[in-house]
Amino acid sequence: MKIKDIPKDEFITSSLSCAGCGAMLAVRLALKALGRRTVIIIPAGCMSAVTCFLPQIPFRVPMFVSPFAATAAILQGVSAGFKWRGVKDINVLGIAGDGATADIGMAAFSQAIVSGMRFIYLCVENEAYMNTGIQSSSTTPVGAATTTDPLPDALQGTSVSKKDIFSIAVAHRLPYAATASVSYPLDYYEKVLKAAGTDGPSFIHVLTPCPPGWRFPTGETIEMGRMAVKSGMWHLLEYSGGKVKFTYVPKERIPVSEYIKAQARFRTMSPDGVAHLQSMVDERLAALSGEEK
Amino acid sequence: MGEKRFITGNSAVAAAVKLARVGVIAVYPITPQTPIAEKLATFVSNGEINSEYIRVESEHSALSACLGACMAGVRPFTATSSHGLAYMHEILSYASGGRYPLVLVNANRSIGPPWSIWGEHQDSIQQRDTGCIQLYVENAQEALDTIIQAFKIAENPNVFTPVMVCLDGFHVSHAEELVEIPDQADVDRFLPPFQTSALLDPDEPMTLAAGARGKQYTIWRFEQYQAIRVAEKVIQEVDEEFEHIFGRGYGGVVDNYRCEDADIIMVILGSFTGAARDTADMLRLDGIKAGVLRIRSFRPFPNQIISDYLSSAKSVVVIDRDVSYGNEGAVCSEVRGSLYGLSHPPTITNFIAGLGGSDVTPQEIEKVVRGAIEMKGSAQRSIVFQFMGEGK
Repeated sequence: MKIKDIPKDEFITSSLSCAGCGAMLAVRLALKALGRRTVIIIPAGCMSAVTCFLPQIPFRVPMFVSPFAATAAILQGVSAGFKWRGVKDINVLGIAGDGATADIGMAAFSQAIVSGMRFIYLCVENEAYMNTGIQSSSTTPVGAATTTDPLPDALQGTSVSKKDIFSIAVAHRLPYAATASVSYPLDYYEKVLKAAGTDGPSFIHVLTPCPPGWRFPTGETIEMGRMAVKSGMWHLLEYSGGKVKFTYVPKERIPVSEYIKAQARFRTMSPDGVAHLQSMVDERLAALSGEEK
Repeated sequence: MGEKRFITGNSAVAAAVKLARVGVIAVYPITPQTPIAEKLATFVSNGEINSEYIRVESEHSALSACLGACMAGVRPFTATSSHGLAYMHEILSYASGGRYPLVLVNANRSIGPPWSIWGEHQDSIQQRDTGCIQLYVENAQEALDTIIQAFKIAENPNVFTPVMVCLDGFHVSHAEELVEIPDQADVDRFLPPFQTSALLDPDEPMTLAAGARGKQYTIWRFEQYQAIRVAEKVIQEVDEEFEHIFGRGYGGVVDNYRCEDADIIMVILGSFTGAARDTADMLRLDGIKAGVLRIRSFRPFPNQIISDYLSSAKSVVVIDRDVSYGNEGAVCSEVRGSLYGLSHPPTITNFIAGLGGSDVTPQEIEKVVRGAIEMKGSAQRSIVFQFMGEGK
């Protein structure tokens, strides 16, 4: 498949999202993959805030704004309802942020992905509560400043690591899970198609760089996503049939410091902090590479 | 004619869910509701009912899954109690605000601490303003019948509002009674297939539970307000139609016992009504004209009907199995509000009783009623706690 093979159809238009929004790109691409016969559940967060306010309704497919913690439970209910009616040709898609998945919605997420229900849970990861103005979530990287963690090196008791939702999902041994990035659209697109073809719950965790939250210029969203993968701060992975594998390995690696320098959210990090982060990234990469063998 | 069986209130609930041909069931266990979850799971396993049974990790998710099923065009069901209902709080408002016609059952139980698994009305009363219709039943038969009615009420296009059917924990949920199970054919005749306007339908895409501001927001809320007021009439009509088909009616929004000529009327909810009726009979033997008004519909609150029943009484005793801390029993406040503006209103005594599953005897009620008869002047208010006496 080539980039020009991605359909021209648009199922979301003229939303109120910020310039350079990575999450909006993830939603747009996912809907191109899934097509018109898709229904969407979106909890409170950036993606509902920029799409749900009357009279400007940008989705051309049915959408429900869910309570914050309820995404996965509602997906189960919709899926069960369609199953009961014998409806088989509708994709049931949840689109939730990192806070809605890793924090407030974790219990429902964990239950839903061991159910037999068929749905796609897409987590658009921008690494903080961006809708309410950049507060830390449990997936905010170590060293990133937020309004609830303004000086990450100084504040005691804040995160010592970034919660790994993909591994949590994999531990549930669900039929299909993947990580992806909007900067690698074909890899992402194909994963959405695989999720749609899965008979049961599936999970895609897509990294969606956020210019105002990460503090980089709005034209550099794609570059930030690429640097995340090249530095090992993010990996493109897939889990199915009981195995985790890389779907893409960058030819050249860059040091974490290069990624960090490009974003003002990391500007208060000490050299020791950067070195610590680099060692965490190295460990994770080694562990993943070992797992694959 | 249906079949008569000796079953618990919880079993009567499960029987109603089966008769209503529910498509999706999502229940999380909590005492005293748990036997409903178990019974329904057994029905599904046996193939006695054709439903999808979703195992959820919380009551928050149970009701959320019901919302999802509604939007997929399928009739859902859930049941809970106490802390479980409290955990559903956010979704109750969501269900009513989004106008989802779902039915849930609450087996009434206290909220801790002090920890107690036993019955009272605090759990559902404190969900009063979530916008859900609340119907309180007296016994297992009424529980079964009211659940079937509740689907018809919730799914009325002029209503499209969730209905919570409340039955007293243990006194109804676990007590066995002779219950007539209606014929499926009669229920099918009474209850049409599920309908809702809030569908996730790719052929007619809509954004549901959208955001609104200012006047648009107020229009939405006004329609919600109107719908639950309209429900008062719908509850009565549905009960009348039910009586016509099944031979059992419950008075619609209130159930009257000897109120017509009564000087003293006891107002009550739920299963303790029988004790109050005994009190009325005892007092009448003593020449005191007493009656009982059981409120079936707490939301919508039938202000005018209640006012009409109570307007010619001299004294009213409102029996609350709940407390609105910082004021009085919540039912009492509602009744008091209904009587505002009467030229000769009755005195009102609030009897807080039956908390934490305590039994309330006719003799205990009688003592409070005799105290109420002594009280003069509409401005006076009195609140009496069972076991404790008068409160300040």
